[in-house]
Amino acid sequence: MKLKLFVVSLVVLLSFSIAFAQEDTLTVPPIPPDSALLPAAVTGLVAKDTDNDHGHAITLKWQPSADDGAGRQSVAMYEVFRWVPDLMTRIPALRDTLEYLKLRTGDGWSPPEPGSRTDSIHNVFASLDDAQLEERKESLEQTISQAIRDLPAAHAAYPEDGDWQQVAVAPAGSATAADVGTKEKDTPDYLPDYSDFYYRVDAVTADPAIRTASEIVGPVQSYGQWFNKGRLAVSVFVLIFGLLTIFFVQHARRGADLYVRPMAGIEAVDDAIGRATEMGRPILYVLGLGTADMIATIASFTILGRVARRVAEYQTKLIVPAYEPVVMAVAQEVVKTAYYDAGRPDDYDEDIVFFVTSLQFAYVAAVNGLMLRELPATNVYMGKFFAESLLLAETGAVAGSIQIAGTDEIAQIPFFIVACDYTLIGEELYAASAYLGREPILLGSLKAQDWAKAGVIALAVAGLALSNLAVAYDWSWASSIVDFFRVVD
Amino acid sequence: MFKRRIPLFILAFVGTLLIVSVFIPPMENLGEDFTLFFDIIAVFAFFLGGGNLVRIHFGKLRRRKKDWGFSIVTLVAFFFMLTIGLLKVSSVGGVWNIPLLGIGDPAAIAASPTTEGSWFQETFNYVINPLQSTMYALLAFFVASASYRAFRAKNREATLLLLAAFIILLGRTPFGMELTRWVPESFSVLQIPNMAIWIMNSPNLAGQRAILIGIGLGVVSMSLRLILGIERSYLGEDRG
Repeated sequence: MKLKLFVVSLVVLLSFSIAFAQEDTLTVPPIPPDSALLPAAVTGLVAKDTDNDHGHAITLKWQPSADDGAGRQSVAMYEVFRWVPDLMTRIPALRDTLEYLKLRTGDGWSPPEPGSRTDSIHNVFASLDDAQLEERKESLEQTISQAIRDLPAAHAAYPEDGDWQQVAVAPAGSATAADVGTKEKDTPDYLPDYSDFYYRVDAVTADPAIRTASEIVGPVQSYGQWFNKGRLAVSVFVLIFGLLTIFFVQHARRGADLYVRPMAGIEAVDDAIGRATEMGRPILYVLGLGTADMIATIASFTILGRVARRVAEYQTKLIVPAYEPVVMAVAQEVVKTAYYDAGRPDDYDEDIVFFVTSLQFAYVAAVNGLMLRELPATNVYMGKFFAESLLLAETGAVAGSIQIAGTDEIAQIPFFIVACDYTLIGEELYAASAYLGREPILLGSLKAQDWAKAGVIALAVAGLALSNLAVAYDWSWASSIVDFFRVVD
Repeated sequence: MFKRRIPLFILAFVGTLLIVSVFIPPMENLGEDFTLFFDIIAVFAFFLGGGNLVRIHFGKLRRRKKDWGFSIVTLVAFFFMLTIGLLKVSSVGGVWNIPLLGIGDPAAIAASPTTEGSWFQETFNYVINPLQSTMYALLAFFVASASYRAFRAKNREATLLLLAAFIILLGRTPFGMELTRWVPESFSVLQIPNMAIWIMNSPNLAGQRAILIGIGLGVVSMSLRLILGIERSYLGEDRG
């Protein structure tokens, strides 16, 4: 019996010792990678505020690891780390709780699914009444605001109370990365300006455990710029163009006779209205699928105004089916004024401009039906057009109408050229309103546009020559001139 | 006087502000913020559009105008969609739901009218979508008829267009490749697919970019005319 007890005790002890031995094996810390396998660290790491932005971003540059594309070729990627104070990592959790409290105190609250993250927050606050919840919510809002205000101080406490967090990843061969945050304080990506940031870049192999960290750089602060130098050339051009426009408008006001290139499409408008009058058929004016905030649609309103005025003078019928309610409202006002200006307010009918639908092909079906039933003498298409351009123009051609089109949608211009009698190409659509009016002030702006176009051609030729010469003769001054015109977003 | 001056002032102020914001990084998102105003106005304008549609077609019906039969179809379709959308009518697995009338599941009130199974969405999927696709499919036939007209060699330009189109059409088919496979590699530029690529990437692209530059200038010029108050026809005023 004693022997039996001894054997059982021995077996139990043995089992325990085996079990503990297993436990020990499991908790043994991982063996550090063989230093011979570690890739070379990146060198020359530099971190600085990102240029030409509103702040909240840092750009990092480095010399790739000696084992990236050379040496052992073991580097698979670079991971960028930023030291983040504990305070910053606590803010998202506080926001989650605040979000819960807002939902709980708002309308339409329903208990969360059991086991979810919200459910764990709910368990903490489940017993509180509405007044207590409201009090907690206000207190939490103040805590979060204070925490955000304390972020610069928390960053300044480096390396106390914080840890490294991965903020960007760059593939092998890269020598730059950006840590881009947002300026919105209530988002998790918020990166406070004027805070001391510290960075390091790890060269990482295919086995993420085998990596080498670079030296730490910092402190570096992000801040916004008041002028985007990358768009300097654009600002200079806009300024020159604005001054040119004002100059020619003043020139025209003083009575100068300005020659403006002829536009066949616009000159045909009058003939087309005359034709419609003679034939006793209506004129169909299509404003396109653009919304009222698009420049092409605004240009189309202007042309509609001129066309409606002539139509009112000739007492012809005008049909304007609208695709968009705002466009309809503006077009109604434009046509009404045109009839008043022509001295024929009694002829104005509210049904001239009407809403059809905001579905692209349903609109096409409606307008095509109109064309085939009413057989308009002239169809005018001015504005933004997409896939419906050819459907409309071909149906108009089948109906035997004279067709004049104008759009700034490059892909649709060939369709209009093929199917219409006259087409205003690109900027001619914008010039048409000035050309139709023949008013000196508007012609002045058109003249400025022509001069600017000549300037762009001259610059394109000069840029082409300078770019080639800069490469051929290694002229750095030529390169810097070309670089001035390079627009950086 | 104020009816004209206030909109002109708003346009000049906002227009200038938005131009300046392009060059000032902290104001970069101002344009997006301002488009929200347009979206808000557009929501109300949809009532305007719907109201106009009903008024026009009821008027046509009442006065028995030409083609008044189409107005019946339009009005029936309009009110049908409006009703099933507003009432959120749905029938899933033979079970009817009209939550606003207390029929079926009352929790369905919170559901969007475009959820699967709702009549609104079903009508869109099985009536409007096929009809739209039919209209879009017509484009293929219209492209053929337009091409026939455009590619007639009436003059020098049209002949050039015909030739370019012929090369591109051939170059995009295996037949074009087979036709000029015999051309030696040193003259590969004369192989039809390569000629097609050259036409698209050089003369075509150059032409497109020229038009784009013109459009860019035109937009700036038009915007300046609007900001400076030279162009006012959008206000219903036919004078510069």
